[in-house]
Amino acid sequence: MKKFIGTMISVAVLAAVMTGCGKEDGGTVSTDGSTSMEKVIGALGEAFEQNNSGVTFTYNPTGSGSGITAVAEGRCDIGLSSRNLKEEEKLQGLTETILALDGIAVIVNPDNPVNDMDLGTIAGIYKGEITNWKEVGGSDLEIVLIGREAGSGTRDGFESITGTEDACQYRQELTSTGDVITTVAGNPGAIGYASLASVKDTVKMLSIDGIVPTEESVKDGSYVVQRPFVLVTKSEKKLSETAQKFFDYITSSDAGDIISSAGAVPVN
Amino acid sequence: MENAIYGIFLILGLITVGCVLLITIYLVISGIPAIRKIGLLHFLLGKEWASTAQQPQYGILPFILTSIYGTAGAIFIGVPIGFMTAVYLSKIAGQKVKGMIETAVSLLAGIPSVVYGLVGMMVLVPGIRLIFRIPDGASLFAAIVVLAIMILPSIIKVSLTALEAVPKEYEDASLALGATPIETYFRVSVPAAKSGIAAAVVLGVGRAIGEAMAIMMVAGNAPNMPEIFQSVRFLTTAVASEMSYAAEGSLQKQALFSIALVLFLFIMMINAVLNFFLKHSKEN
Repeated sequence: MKKFIGTMISVAVLAAVMTGCGKEDGGTVSTDGSTSMEKVIGALGEAFEQNNSGVTFTYNPTGSGSGITAVAEGRCDIGLSSRNLKEEEKLQGLTETILALDGIAVIVNPDNPVNDMDLGTIAGIYKGEITNWKEVGGSDLEIVLIGREAGSGTRDGFESITGTEDACQYRQELTSTGDVITTVAGNPGAIGYASLASVKDTVKMLSIDGIVPTEESVKDGSYVVQRPFVLVTKSEKKLSETAQKFFDYITSSDAGDIISSAGAVPVN
Repeated sequence: MENAIYGIFLILGLITVGCVLLITIYLVISGIPAIRKIGLLHFLLGKEWASTAQQPQYGILPFILTSIYGTAGAIFIGVPIGFMTAVYLSKIAGQKVKGMIETAVSLLAGIPSVVYGLVGMMVLVPGIRLIFRIPDGASLFAAIVVLAIMILPSIIKVSLTALEAVPKEYEDASLALGATPIETYFRVSVPAAKSGIAAAVVLGVGRAIGEAMAIMMVAGNAPNMPEIFQSVRFLTTAVASEMSYAAEGSLQKQALFSIALVLFLFIMMINAVLNFFLKHSKEN
């Protein structure tokens, strides 16, 4: 009996020691922050690990605010934020580098005759002030508001751009972009929002003030429902060699294709 | 050698006990802080949940009521269907039909809950919208229908076992006294099997109250007070939908653990009731 336990313990210790060793080669890059950037940073990290054997990349999805705090406190190499830094955050000695832009498309059912809206109308709809499609030039149907769950980066982005924080009268709060698209596709009265790159043909994207959401209109800033994906670093402290290499790689034009295929619009 | 094997089996047995203890202790430890910060009454009886708002609100009364109403609704629809199916299978159906239906019930039990959710989302939700002429079909009603179907297999199987355990002599005696077969089934067999059937109902309650994935896809998830055609959020879906984004150590995350603790206590209570019925049926 004792022998058995002894063997188990030595196996466990051995395993712990061996995994500990594996991490030592090649250096590490740790990132922390925005959950909306998960796909982009995940794809970039994977590509970086493939190109540099032995390097370990980590990403901790905590949210933009926590990511900025983490880099300020030196708990990670690069903080990830899906909003621009505030003035007081820059005064703490943080620098922002825009990695990519993310467009949020406002989507309706393909049978809906409405094609264009301004930001104020969208805000009015989501706050529950406009409740019928006929008020905005559509058919006589109640508007069904589809959104994402609290804490979702897309919801946070959409609400802050339209100025509807904490005021949205959601009928449904769904937990994935795919569910939002499926639901909007199945209900003629529905309106929802989703990351531009994920939108499929089963739903119709609205143009905002006449500007159709495309990669170009997001990049030149004319499509307004968009937000930046920001890399946050400390201004005076230099990154470790590996982290700097990663930073240079993801901000180079080589990373553009990976960023686009992960659904965002690269700026470099 | 004999001792070593005895020890190994003891360890294997203790794994389960260890898991239960670990989960219970973990839930209590991580669930208590938020309740203390928010206040037990505010937490349990608060009508508003807005965990990420500027002024966060952490009231879970809508979730508690939704879970109770949803489960009660599922029982209300699922139990009569399941119970009648069990009576039919054990007493009336021929061997061939019985085999076929039992296979179907087993298959139903094996369907993953995400599939129930998906079918519900694609078929049931638009269907409810069209039939009842409401703007959106994702509602408490849709969740009740999905749950009622999901609890059918456990209700049918447990009631069936209970009904088949009724000694044949009881029924023969009843028939010999001149009762018709249907009278015999409902006046003799069912009363004789009643604690088993009650256990089936409690098992159905347990299954319904603990389900998350399927109802997350059909209930709409807005934290409203429950109404039959309103979008609602259950205790389970409240935890599942926000957990992935809640920041480590935040009050939101702690509050989600507190919801899980409340749910855990609910299920503990149901288990206690279940054990009571099972013990009762053994004694009889």
